[in-house]
Amino acid sequence: MLLEQIINGLTIGSTYALIAIGFSMVFGVLELVNFANGSVYMLGGYITLMVYLGLDGHFFLSFIISIIATGIVGFCLDRFGLRRLRIKKAPKLTGLITTMGIATVIDNVILLFFGSQTKPYPNMIDFGKFKVGNTAISSSQLIILAVALLLMLLLSLVTYKTKFGKAMRCTAQNADAAKLMGINVNLTISLTFVIASMLAAVAGTMVGMYYQSIDINMGFTVGMKTMASAVLGGVGILPGAMAGGLLVGLFETLGASYISSGYRDAIAFAILILVILIKPTGLFGRKKINKV
Amino acid sequence: MNKILNFFAKHMNKLAVLLVVILALFPLFFNSSYVLRIVTICMMYVMIALSLNLLTGFLGLMTMGHAAFWGIGAYAAAILSTRAGFGMGTCMFAAAIAAGLFSLLLGLPTLRLKGYYLTVVTLGFCEIIRLVEMNSMELTRGPLGIAGIPSPNLFGFRFNSNRSVFYVMLVLVVVSALIIHSIVHSRIGLAIMSIREDDLAASTMGVNVFLYKIMVFIISSMIVGVAGAFYAHYINFIDPSSFTTAASMDMLIMAILGGLGSIPGTILGASILTILPETIRAMAQYRNLAYGIIIVILMMAKPDGILGNVNFKYIKQRLTLNKTEAKVGERKDE
Repeated sequence: MLLEQIINGLTIGSTYALIAIGFSMVFGVLELVNFANGSVYMLGGYITLMVYLGLDGHFFLSFIISIIATGIVGFCLDRFGLRRLRIKKAPKLTGLITTMGIATVIDNVILLFFGSQTKPYPNMIDFGKFKVGNTAISSSQLIILAVALLLMLLLSLVTYKTKFGKAMRCTAQNADAAKLMGINVNLTISLTFVIASMLAAVAGTMVGMYYQSIDINMGFTVGMKTMASAVLGGVGILPGAMAGGLLVGLFETLGASYISSGYRDAIAFAILILVILIKPTGLFGRKKINKV
Repeated sequence: MNKILNFFAKHMNKLAVLLVVILALFPLFFNSSYVLRIVTICMMYVMIALSLNLLTGFLGLMTMGHAAFWGIGAYAAAILSTRAGFGMGTCMFAAAIAAGLFSLLLGLPTLRLKGYYLTVVTLGFCEIIRLVEMNSMELTRGPLGIAGIPSPNLFGFRFNSNRSVFYVMLVLVVVSALIIHSIVHSRIGLAIMSIREDDLAASTMGVNVFLYKIMVFIISSMIVGVAGAFYAHYINFIDPSSFTTAASMDMLIMAILGGLGSIPGTILGASILTILPETIRAMAQYRNLAYGIIIVILMMAKPDGILGNVNFKYIKQRLTLNKTEAKVGERKDE
């Protein structure tokens, strides 16, 4: 029972981790709290469903189309929403309000297209359950965990081993200096948004398949939770976001089954507040020196 | 544009009085309950946005949890008036105390931290409070909400009609605007604005940063708590779905749209964002979409908010200075 709950928690936590990575990367390069991330995640799930129904059954093709489409949305978000603000050197709150506005736009476009009812979602990765000892594990859980871990590994490689990753980390440290070193800062930021959105689309589709349903409110709560996950692990740090997401998923599932299911969504935030009170930089964060 | 701003700067006090007088006469000319209702709700949001602007605009703390304090105030008033039968005055007082107490508890550990932590913690706080309201059946009746909250009543007089409730709200909004105005233009105002600009520099100049932060946080929450109590008495029914993080975001957008750190701006921003959705009610299903698009476009066009970078006090001082200089010049000519 406990082991099953742990696996349930890790499965949902791994999808949180994927979104939290995107959130954390964007925060890293721009110091921007991206409220649109949760909506993009929901959008990814819905686009997969729409293309799947339109193509009658080519699931993986529709999955890929969805990832690409959401990536384009992420690019547009930065190119048409935020780049102008950066050029104007607008206060940071402005970017945050813009992402809130964009989140409202995305949510309402989905509402107009699909209506507010919960939609059934095809589960293409369900190949039955199997038992290890006393615990039953479903194939969807295994596949979600595997995909999430693979993507995390890939992203770590991209961030720490490739030239683009280096450019991204440089931009995060000091955008002006990065520009002087010949890094195309705007392109780097746009690509970060594209990656974050693509990850969100993957997570959205997988969560849709896992619960076999999708609804219009899933974006907001998950957006908040992934924000909590990213801060929990230490904002701007990749391993932190991964661990934060997994932990939030785990605690939430355990709390829902052992404490009270009504407080499921509160548990993530309660843990977050506790961690911030004890270690404000997050689990993996290092203390910044306060320079004058 | 500059001339208009100069005019406003010169006659700010008179214009404020004029606005209040117009609002006081408003119900005598418009008797439609729909219009009165919109203006009443609009004034309530002005009150909320003003208190949020004190915190976010003047002190520079960004919070996403103001709806929680609004809800705490509303629930405090609802529970006290339906179970204990207290009048509106007592309920509002209790709501202010309850909201202030919660903000003290939240502020003590978190206001020492810098950066975006307060934002995230208040966000979580808002969600936790909503879930508590949703799940503690004995106290708040959960998702059923509390119905049958008596209409505003003071000293045995019941404000039953739309008009009388309008005046209750008008008094509340004027009083809270005066409180915030006097805070901002006092020593405390200078201290909190110095904290906003640079808290390290402020503390070296002898400003007790933590004390001022927690004081303003409590004052702001108390005002929102009173607004919540009014809301409960006005709508007669509350349930947890009103006090969500999304509501906090709406409040924040009102304050930022009008211009952080500008009282006239906040009044303008909150009014636009409550009245605008009503005017496009005809396209009900596109309403929220339009709302989102308008926010994005406004942020691109005016990143500081509508009146964010307009300092009326400065414009007025410059105008009077120009005048005296001109006078001195004339005398020299003679």
